Amino acid sequence: MTATGLTGTRIRDRRLVQQLKQADLARSVGISASYLNLIEHNRRRIGGKLLMQIAAALKVTPTALSEGADVMLTRQLEALATQGVEVEGDRIDEFIGRFPGWAQMLSDQQERLTKMEARLQGLNDRLTHDPVLSQSMHDVLGAAAAIRSTASILIQNPDIDADWRGRFHGNIDAESRRLADTSAAMAAHFDALSNDQPGYSTPVEAVSAYLEQRAFHVAELETDDDISTLMDKETGFQTPGSVDLAEAFLAQYREDARMMPLEAFIRATEECEFDPLQLAAVFSVALPTVFRRIATLPRNPARPDIGFASCDAAGSLLLLKRPLGFAFRRSGDACRLWPLFEALRKPGMPLRETLISPEGKRFAAFAVAHQHSATTFNATPIFQASMVLISDPDGRYSDRPVAVDCPICGAGGCGAWRAPSNLQNEP
Amino acid sequence: MGKSVLLIEDEPNIIEAISFLLERDGWTVRLHTEGVGAVEAVDKATPDVVVLDVMLPGRSGFDILRDLRTDASTRALPVLMLTARGQTKDRELARDYGVSHFMTKPFSNAEMLQAVRDLSEGLTPQSSGDAT
Repeated sequence: MTATGLTGTRIRDRRLVQQLKQADLARSVGISASYLNLIEHNRRRIGGKLLMQIAAALKVTPTALSEGADVMLTRQLEALATQGVEVEGDRIDEFIGRFPGWAQMLSDQQERLTKMEARLQGLNDRLTHDPVLSQSMHDVLGAAAAIRSTASILIQNPDIDADWRGRFHGNIDAESRRLADTSAAMAAHFDALSNDQPGYSTPVEAVSAYLEQRAFHVAELETDDDISTLMDKETGFQTPGSVDLAEAFLAQYREDARMMPLEAFIRATEECEFDPLQLAAVFSVALPTVFRRIATLPRNPARPDIGFASCDAAGSLLLLKRPLGFAFRRSGDACRLWPLFEALRKPGMPLRETLISPEGKRFAAFAVAHQHSATTFNATPIFQASMVLISDPDGRYSDRPVAVDCPICGAGGCGAWRAPSNLQNEP
Repeated sequence: MGKSVLLIEDEPNIIEAISFLLERDGWTVRLHTEGVGAVEAVDKATPDVVVLDVMLPGRSGFDILRDLRTDASTRALPVLMLTARGQTKDRELARDYGVSHFMTKPFSNAEMLQAVRDLSEGLTPQSSGDAT
């Protein structure tokens, strides 16, 4: 390993933080102080055994010297530094260097807080918009109203004739049964919600997690058409919404696999060098279909790393496949410059950009927005966008500074930066 | 001829209870059981008071109320809204649309009856926590 760039500067910073004299560090690794001075001023390249010796003397990993502190960690702390409480934002590197454990814990806590916010939002949405709960509450209160009114009539009108009395008794009986059934159904619904995969506040999250476990490749559907057999084996989906969404995705997967059989598709990706437009032409399918098929290829070190995202016209992420080294989240903090969102403004127009992860990994990003098939006349068209990411270390495509997550993006000055959430700013 | 109420409600047992109460009190009760056609039912029945449920098949009580308030002939018609949803935003929406009185289910028979009587007399019903 030969380190480049500012390795010398990092060595100097670490040494100064630890209040070590240049001569002492040089002596401990068996070189002269003047040679260490040249290294620290980046006038000599350093690598291999010497880098490891200096790292050991400074009690850090060689990577921390050759590549700097974890870029993601730095970015997260930089984002935290902008959230209200005044901190020494210009000393983040020093903080990470001196207190790596505390820095990591702070970052982890922030990550946890972000996830909790997302879950809280999901639960809030569920209570507000869950159609099952809404209907159940309506039924319970309706039954309670009927029972209360009818019972009051019976109590307050002892002279009521036998026919009316009989009808009202029947009504109370029917409404009390409805109340019991609805209450039991509500309890079962809550039960199913609480038994859903922990941490998944929405069916979309549950399905994405299921697909991530399989690296988005469902081998059974390449050879076997029976989705119900597959779903029967899967016990992870415990809400009707999760089951419906999973079944819909798997049905689409099976259809895509039929149109583009695996072996033929792999051969075509090699011949077309993963160009989605060429692949669409070869198989006579639409671009979103090609994007999905690329995303569901089995992972293979010989092939590029693949990511995928889809969203609705409101920009809500529907499905997410994270490529290696591209830790984008589902928290709604996606960079607004993603071509995925740009595509929504230009339906039907295929877009291509280069995305660069905080760690410097490059991905070619292809996106397109398409209209759902209309089921009725005069209906407002509904659009959805999808984007496939293909690792592109050689930079075959044009550059544009597009990030991963908005609040922790270090680019700045892009005009699209979004402030962190209000919750994070609360005292 | 006594005064009349148009009851727009889809729950059969609530219909039976309210109809019984109002008829015993001397009201003529007419009935419409869905959201669709409710405005036309009001035009046809010309009631003294409308008792209107919020969640109805086909059309919400809020939409019906809004239509009633945009028509000169029903703009001032007393409308008592009944709903299983007692959320603040529902009450505010009903008030914005011009509801005369708002009660949440389950309600007290006596209060409901008194509210109908008051509304027919041009009085403001006493509120028991249900905003108007």
